[in-house]
Amino acid sequence: MLRFCSPWQYAMHAMNDPHTSSSAAVFRGVRRATPIILGYVPIGFAYGVLAGKSGISAANTLIMSLIVFAGSAQFIAVGLFASGTGPAVVILTTFVVNLRHLLMAASLAPYLSKWSRRRQAMFAYELTDETFALHSTATRDLSDCPLEALSLNVTAQASWVLGSALGVVASNLIGDVKPLGLDYALSAMFIGLLVSQCTSPVRVATAVFSGLLATVLFLAGWHQFHIIAATIAGATFGLAVEQWTKG
Amino acid sequence: MDQGLILLTMVGMGAVTYLPRLLPILFLSGRTLKPLIVAWLRLVPPAVLSAMLLPSLLVPEERIDLSFDNIFFWAALVAFPVAWKSRSLFATVLVGMGLVALARYCGLGL
Repeated sequence: MLRFCSPWQYAMHAMNDPHTSSSAAVFRGVRRATPIILGYVPIGFAYGVLAGKSGISAANTLIMSLIVFAGSAQFIAVGLFASGTGPAVVILTTFVVNLRHLLMAASLAPYLSKWSRRRQAMFAYELTDETFALHSTATRDLSDCPLEALSLNVTAQASWVLGSALGVVASNLIGDVKPLGLDYALSAMFIGLLVSQCTSPVRVATAVFSGLLATVLFLAGWHQFHIIAATIAGATFGLAVEQWTKG
Repeated sequence: MDQGLILLTMVGMGAVTYLPRLLPILFLSGRTLKPLIVAWLRLVPPAVLSAMLLPSLLVPEERIDLSFDNIFFWAALVAFPVAWKSRSLFATVLVGMGLVALARYCGLGL
């Protein structure tokens, strides 16, 4: 397939044909987002149903998917709103739950050096666990083709908002996504992405260490900080192994 | 809770979610980082994916459950080799979802 991702190729090509290059990049982004759509529509649906049943207005339910766009934090917030928790606690909880994105953003930052500030800001807005996972396994595409990456992100959020909207509409009916196994879609996607990350013994060791530590911390009652703590410890462990085996 | 107050709270939620996603990109991109930091950042993806995934497979509720009721764990035992062999995200997702649906149809799981 023809790829026109660097600005130079882009400009050269656009002079001859103003449409194909950019529309092809947009299309590639949409296509790569397919596994995310499979996960986001049903889970967004479940969120919409839950929010509707918890007495959050249809408009607010959709606004949250538009301006927060963070799956687990939105579910937690709905529960907190329903139990009458105050704004400060809801915001603080959201901050803690989503702090892991700090590490994800840091890990992708080197590949965004050629991007404009405006595009970086747009990209960060839709950086979720799932979009991060896809981009981190295709860092060359990320670096060379902002349009494709942004298209992937926008498609992901669109499917999340669509799922939320369907959930709001259906919240008066029965909203059970379990019989189709749809609630497993994102876990299955993470399995596929994790396997594609395990390209060396050091990376396998990093994943095993981090996963087991996160499980132990979760069992010990760290229900918010276990991911970020295990990630820092796991990457540090992997780095130590890497340095030690090198020298 | 008042819908107006919910809206204001959500604006706050949006801000505290966006900043951790944005600031590292603004501050770290375009800089030459020390090789050791770059090597560390490269290990973040496998670490964070595994840290999110493994507890959700092993601990469905408050404790480790490896019985047949925990169909997420058993489906993962199939999905991992499928991912390894096929190298296809789509195939992995379909097999995983299919197994969970099948198990529930047979009366297993929650």
